[in-house]
Order: sequence, then structure tokens, then C-alpha cells
Amino acid sequence: MNMYIQPEYEVIRNSDKCIACRVCERQCANLVHSFDSETGKMKADDSKCVNCHRCVCLCPTHALKIVKSDDTYKINANWDNQTINEVYKQANTGGVLLSSMGNPKPYPVYWDRMLVNASQVTNPPIDPLREPMETQLYLGKRAAKIERDEQGKLKNTLAPQLKLKVPVLFSAMSYGSISYNAHESLARAAEELGTYYNTGEGGLHKDFYKYGKNTIVQVASGRFGVFKDYLESAAAIEIKMGQGAKPGIGGHLPGAKISADVSETRMIPQGVDAISPAPHHDIYSIEDLRQLVYSLKEATEYKKPVIVKIAAVHNAAAIASGIARSGADIIAIDGYRGGTGAAPTRIRDNVGIPIELALAQIDQRLRDEGIRDEVSILVGGSIRSSADVIKAIALGADACYIGTAALLALGCHLCRSCHEGKCNWGIATQRPDLVKRLNPDIGYKRLVNLVTAWNHEIQEMMGGMGINSIEALRGNRLMLRGIGLTDTELNLLGIKYAGESM
Amino acid sequence: MLPKEGQFRDPSGCAVTGVIDRSGRGMTGEGMIEAISVMHDRSNGLGGGFAGYGIYPHYKDFYAFHLFYDKKEAQEGAEAFIRRHFEIVYSSEIQTRKLPSVTDEPLIFRYFLAPLPQKLANSHLDEREYVARCVNRINAEIAGAYVFSSGKNMGIFKGVGYPEDIGRFYRLEEYEGYAWTCHGRYPTNTPGWWGGAHPFGLLDFSVVHNGEISSYDANRRYIEMFGYKCTLQTDTEVITYIIDYLVRRRGLTLEETAHVLAASFWSTIADKGEEAKEQETLLRRMFPSLLVTGPFSIILGYTGGLMALGDRLKLRSMVCAEKGDRAYISSEESAIRKIEPNLDRVWSPAGGEAVVFELYGKGGLAR
Amino acid sequence: MKRIYVNEKWCLGCHLCEYECAFANSGLTDMVKALKGKTIHPKIRVEDSGEVHFAVNCRHCKDAICVQSCISGALSKGEDGVVRIDQNKCVGCLTCVLVCPYGAVMPAPSGHAAMKCQLCTDNLCGEPNCVKHCPNNAIVYEER
Repeated sequence: MNMYIQPEYEVIRNSDKCIACRVCERQCANLVHSFDSETGKMKADDSKCVNCHRCVCLCPTHALKIVKSDDTYKINANWDNQTINEVYKQANTGGVLLSSMGNPKPYPVYWDRMLVNASQVTNPPIDPLREPMETQLYLGKRAAKIERDEQGKLKNTLAPQLKLKVPVLFSAMSYGSISYNAHESLARAAEELGTYYNTGEGGLHKDFYKYGKNTIVQVASGRFGVFKDYLESAAAIEIKMGQGAKPGIGGHLPGAKISADVSETRMIPQGVDAISPAPHHDIYSIEDLRQLVYSLKEATEYKKPVIVKIAAVHNAAAIASGIARSGADIIAIDGYRGGTGAAPTRIRDNVGIPIELALAQIDQRLRDEGIRDEVSILVGGSIRSSADVIKAIALGADACYIGTAALLALGCHLCRSCHEGKCNWGIATQRPDLVKRLNPDIGYKRLVNLVTAWNHEIQEMMGGMGINSIEALRGNRLMLRGIGLTDTELNLLGIKYAGESM
Repeated sequence: MLPKEGQFRDPSGCAVTGVIDRSGRGMTGEGMIEAISVMHDRSNGLGGGFAGYGIYPHYKDFYAFHLFYDKKEAQEGAEAFIRRHFEIVYSSEIQTRKLPSVTDEPLIFRYFLAPLPQKLANSHLDEREYVARCVNRINAEIAGAYVFSSGKNMGIFKGVGYPEDIGRFYRLEEYEGYAWTCHGRYPTNTPGWWGGAHPFGLLDFSVVHNGEISSYDANRRYIEMFGYKCTLQTDTEVITYIIDYLVRRRGLTLEETAHVLAASFWSTIADKGEEAKEQETLLRRMFPSLLVTGPFSIILGYTGGLMALGDRLKLRSMVCAEKGDRAYISSEESAIRKIEPNLDRVWSPAGGEAVVFELYGKGGLAR
Repeated sequence: MKRIYVNEKWCLGCHLCEYECAFANSGLTDMVKALKGKTIHPKIRVEDSGEVHFAVNCRHCKDAICVQSCISGALSKGEDGVVRIDQNKCVGCLTCVLVCPYGAVMPAPSGHAAMKCQLCTDNLCGEPNCVKHCPNNAIVYEER
């Protein structure tokens, strides 16, 4: 017998406002809404609702809202409703619980416990509307020999770097986990913004090779879609060792999402589950990673920076030190709040560490070892606003990856049901009728708007600090102060407490 | 009791001035004292100092160490350390003049030193690196001892008080050098420790600085990767280390160093000629963490020259002038006019523009 | 001239345009008041067939056959290119409804006259309301 589980959310329809236009019905892929021709009224089946807000947003008379159900088991601080329901679900099915997007648990968000400085009398703030305010930067190795030609001019001995006009990139999201239109939106936005998007482990659709100079291609444990043209088309290559949402495990794209197009792009059979192994089976230790880094460099004639992406875990600083000595040009660290198209719930919610702490430790470790110039540091895993970007860079990051924020800009409402493949917003789905809901003309513009707005805010905050280049903010931890943090946390972050002077 | 420099971050406002006679003729310190006294209001009595170049012609081959000692035990410890690493060619207390306005002075000693050849050879270090590391160790490890000058044929003289008083305290009218720089300090966060006054020196580099940089911690955390320890936590200290790193250790010219420290904006670089564009872009890509932002105007003194450099937005004042062989740099023109009313040329360098004055025909560091 | 175009690729078949059209032409400012419990008579209609959806309204043809066929002179093409109907002149013969190749002219709810899209020049919207509210930019108003 399956235990009945009360839906978590209820659809509330204001019948005074509902004009029975049936938009909600037509737009819900979960078939929550229906029209009762006998009464002439709309009905809703709460049990099917994933709370994606598509109906709420499209209802022309704003007659709908979704509320948390107040149905409850006997209140228990230890066994809360969700915990109990998950036991019922597993007893019903015998399966591993699946979830999507980032860790939603109430762990501390360190970004919100750091405050930013501003100039007063002793040095002036700078007005970004009147003076240049540089957010352009380069990513990659900076350690290089000083060599001169016969005229005494400096020779360019630098390894290839990536030029960014803004300190924000779009993080890896594969074609397959997200739709063609989502990818097109990201690619076009990256091109217009002068930054990069990342293919994730899904190969690169043939239509998108034209965005190559703004594309980072990923090589992950399943090697999906990896071949010569793929590597050559890109601006940089990212080796994915781990993902913040699910450190220590691989990936699983259900066969239902492997459409003909996805199958061609990934170079795998149609309709068959795509499984990325947990490890790269050619990398069982750091020296193996070095071999892959150099294989990829050989394959692309040392023309492209290689990024190594890891999940933020307990030993991240030591791992990063190893990566910095592996020949990689950039380290990407992904915090435990990073999103995913599907992850076992227990792993998403319990494995990994906050990106803030991992970043602070990695940056300091690389400096202690004198190798910070060997690599740039990219961080992701829930960068939610320009303030998070500012704080990340002041802690020591070179730039930030945004994934969830980008999806939100495209319409995502964080219903965390990506793994079901019925995304009503046309993002995490391959169903053609749903994919078409995301018009890339709108999508790319919204992404451009978002990053442009953040860039303005970053410039304003930099100006306030009297800093006119993002490079002078990098690792400038005196610009941060902690609030509501313990001594241990302050030490790990390498910052002082609010109120402590310079 | 307030903590002293080194236990907190210490920015300050200030006045700076400098003069060089490019023909190498000597000038006494009196001119500098007169010049800086005009800018009295830019200091607040919590620090003043001078650097003179060419002042020790008889000992020009030896490192001239100037040390402050808070107490006698510190002197014993420091001298023991010095003896282990150097041959002391000559040492004495630095002659000073008692002034009612200068109080609480520490013991102030001068040593002319040559590194012990065997020690130097065993260290596998370049001689200057060896000396620099010894200075760092005395300052970091011997409580109450502080090396505030360590170059050859040059010397730094500084203390707590108005700069004109500090100059007279050290009897600078009795020294003759071809170049001088001077600093009057307006710190906003100091109890007044003699070692915390400026110029800040490392080997023959000396820096005087006016401003408060906003990039401090980015610069500090970067430069500390290369063995420097920013113990004083002042802007001047970190700027000195950056210059030492780029010029002495990486072999950049002063002009290139200026393009790192006060890099042109990307938009400005884009409008430059091909060669300048390429070189400046390269420097920014190699050393982005050594870009200094926020207001500063500095005078760098080194063997054979002076360099003036202001931040790229020109947030602090800086005037240069020439009269015959002599070249002047100052926060305010008035200080220059005070000692040389009839100038051939007076100008304000643009933000980020390095102005270098060097002895004629000595092949300096400029290019 | 600027016309309304529909891109079938992006039309979701949500039918919002029909409601926005009916609302725009209701003369009211409250959509609930305008449409609740009423049968709507939009001048734009979404054709659905399987996965294909397409909103249709007046093309404002260069040689508008409806104008040529009008027996009472109620239909006319203005200098701005907009095909308009003067319902006071219309005798309700519905010849125009029969001849329109797009099905974009329809009987008005009164049954005594025809009606058609006039690009919201005949109401207070100022710009075509279907375009403004299309959630996927499938309906655009532009010069081509």
C-alpha cells in the first residue's frame, strides 16, 4: 500500500478574479489545472503542483497564488513534516530520493555575514559615472618570465588567458539538462557581454559552434560530445572533477531527456540513460590529472587555458594546491549550494562545504605556497547578487560563475523539479512544446540585463571603496568585515570583525 | 595604550618634497628643511623624515644601517646579530641636537657594514637580497630594534615631530648629498612611533608617499608571496616592496614599473600606439595585483635618481620643476618656490605619469 | 507600415492574446470586470493543431479584398494603411467575413455588424494589446 502524502503546496484561486481563460490549464505540463464545464469554473489538483509559478505568472487577472500547506503532522522539532514524508516516499518506492538545484537547507550563508567598506574623509570615493571604473580582467596563469627582445621590449611570455569584460561567467549547464533555447540564450548573452558560457558535459550543439570564442567546453567523466572540433572551437577547456551540488558522484541524464538532437550532440544512443561515472577513470590521483591537462593542451596546441573544476570539500585547499601545480590555468570551485539538474537529495543536502570558506582557504593556501599566480580562481555555487560577487573577489576570487541566477533570469522559479523533465519554463526540459516557451530573443536579453545591472552595482560598490579596478579588489580582504561570526569563522575567512579598525 | 605601527593598518595624509642636482653637486639638508616647513599644515607633528643620497662618500662601498633602539638590550641583541652577519667597518651613535619640540627619542645608531663573505656565500643569495633579508630579520625578530635605513651612500633620518624639527634634530645642515627627499606626516591612526615615520627604505630605495591607497590589502597579500613581510602595515612600506620586487628582482625599468603601479586605464591603453598598447597590456596582464588604486603621490629615491609618480586618477597633488641642473618635486609648488623662486619650468605631471630625474650619464633605472 | 506578425515558432497557444484583445476593446480598466462570466469576442484568434499554434488577426492587406467587397462603404483603408470598419455604416451583410482569406473579419457580438482588428487604434491602448502581453514575443508589431 502506498502511504498518501499530503501535497506540500496548495493552489489558491481567487474565484472573484478568475475569468476562466484557461491559460493556467494550457501552461501546466503537470496537468494541475482543469476546467469544469458543468460549473464553468477552474479546478486544481494540488498533488501534481511543483510550485513553479508558471500559472501564477501568466494568469492575466492575478487570480492565483501557491501557498505552503498548513496541513501538519504533530509538531516535532526532530521529525519535521518533510523528514517524515521522505521516509514515507522511500517506504513506498524503495528508491533514492532525487532533487534538483542547490542545497535549500538553512546552513549559514557567509556572504550575508560579511560587510563591505566605503571611503570617507581620508581617501575619496570615486564616482563611476564620471571616472573610468574597470571591471575588465584576464583569467589564467600570470606567472611568466621577464624576457626582452633585441630592442629591450618585453616579450609576451604569458600562457593563454581569457579576457572578460565583466567578472561574471555562466557556469556549466549541459545541453540535455537544459534546453536548446536556454543554451542559445546563454551563448548569445555571453557574446554580447564579453564573457563566457560553459557547455557542461553535454557536448556542443552544431548550431552553437559560431559562439566558440565565448564558449568554455567541458570535459567530464563521461566524455560526452568530446572530439577534436569540440575542443578546438572553444575559448577554454574545463575538466570537471566535481560539482558542488553532488560532490563525489557522477551524473545521470535520464533516457527521456536524450532526444535525437541531444543524442547527436552527446554522441550517445537516443533514449538511453547517459551515465557519467563518479571518477574520471583515467584520473585516480593528482598526477593523472596533470596528464589529462597536458593531453588537452597538446590536443589544442597550447592555445587555450585549461580550467579544473572541483566541488568545495573539506580538503579543498590542498587539492587546489595540487591543481595549481598540475599545469591547469584556472581553478573553478563549486560550493555546496550550487545547482544541478538532478542529484540524490541526501548528497545535495549533506555533502560539501560553503564556497565562502573554501575560497578563503584556497586563496590563502596558494599565497602561502607562493603559487597564486599559477592559476586564477573562479567560484560558483550560489553567487546570488553583485554583492556576493564583490565579496567573493575581495576574499580572493578572480571572477564568479553564475548558474542558478542565470536560470532565474531565464524564468526559473526554483521549483527544484528539473529531474522530472517537465520544466514549464522551457529550461530544464527537452519536450519541444515546453522548450519553445523560452524564446532566446527574450532570454538572452534578460541575461544581458542581469549581468549589466550587476556590473553597474559592482562599479558603484568599487567606487565607494575608492577602487577603480576590479584587480585591486581581488584578495583585498581588509575591505570586508564579518558580522555574527565566531573567531574560527573569522580566521578561516581571514577577515576582521565589524567595528574592528584597519 | 595605543598599539604601534605594525599592529594595525596605518594610512596617513602627508606632504612630500624632493630635490636632485643632476650634475651631482652636493646640497646640504637645509634646503629641504626650508621647503617642507612651508607645508607645515600638511603634517600634524606625528612624523617627519628625510632621505639623502650621496651623503656618505667616504663609506660609499658599505651598507649604512641606521637603527632605532627602544632599550639597551635591543641594541645588544641587534649588534650580536649584525656581528654574526657583517663586518662592522664603523659604528657610532648618530649625532643629534636637543630640541624642545622633539621628545621621547630612542637610541639612534649608525653602522657601516660589509656582509661576511663566507656567510654570504653559504646563503646562496645575491648580496642585496642577503642584506635585505638581514634587515627583515632584525625588524621582525629583535624586539625594540628597528633598521630604518640600509642603503649604500645614502641615509634616512626620521622621527616623531614636524619635519622641519626632525631635520634640525638630525643636524641635516651638516650633511651634503646630490639628492634629498622629505616627508611630513599627517597620520590618522598612529600613536607616533619613530620607526613609523617616513621615508620608508629598503636598501637604497626610499619612498615618501602622500595619500591613502585603497588597494592596500590586495597589494600586501600579493607581495607577501615573494618573501616580503609588511610589518608596518603602511602604504609606503608596501609600495616600496612593490618597487623593489619589480625593479630589483624582476628587472623592470622604472617606466615599466610605473605602468604596473599606476597602470593606464584599459580605455586609455586602447588609444595608444601599437607598441605602447602591447607593452602596457602585457604588464597589466602579468602584474594585475600590483596595481595601486586610491590617492597617492610618491617620490622614489634611489642611487642616482628620483622618480615622481601619482595615482592614475591624479587624486593627490604633485608638482615638478627644473632650474638648471636641479630638479624639484613637491606636493605644493610653494615649497619649491621657497628654495628656488626663479624656476625654468614648472609643471604638474598627469595621473600615472612617471617623472624621472637622474644624474647625467650614469645609466640609471629609468628605461 | 507596422503590422502585427505572428511567429508560429514561438506561439505557445496560451490564448492570452484573445483575452487581452477582448479586454482592450471592452473600454474598461479592470480585466475581471470586463471579462468575468462573459463570452469573449476577440479580434485575434489562436489556431491550434497538435503542437502548432498560430494567432491570426487582420493582415491589413495592401489590396484588401474586404474593402473591395464591402457593399456599404463601411470598410476602408486609411492613409496609415490600417483597414478600418465604420460600424455605423455596416449593414451586417457579412460579405467581408466570407471573403477574408484569413478569417480575420468576424461578426460583432450584436450580430448586426462585422468587426476586425484595427491595431488598437480604436481603443485606449495606444499599441496593440496582444503584442504587449504576449508572454513569448510570438506576436510582434513591426515594419517588415
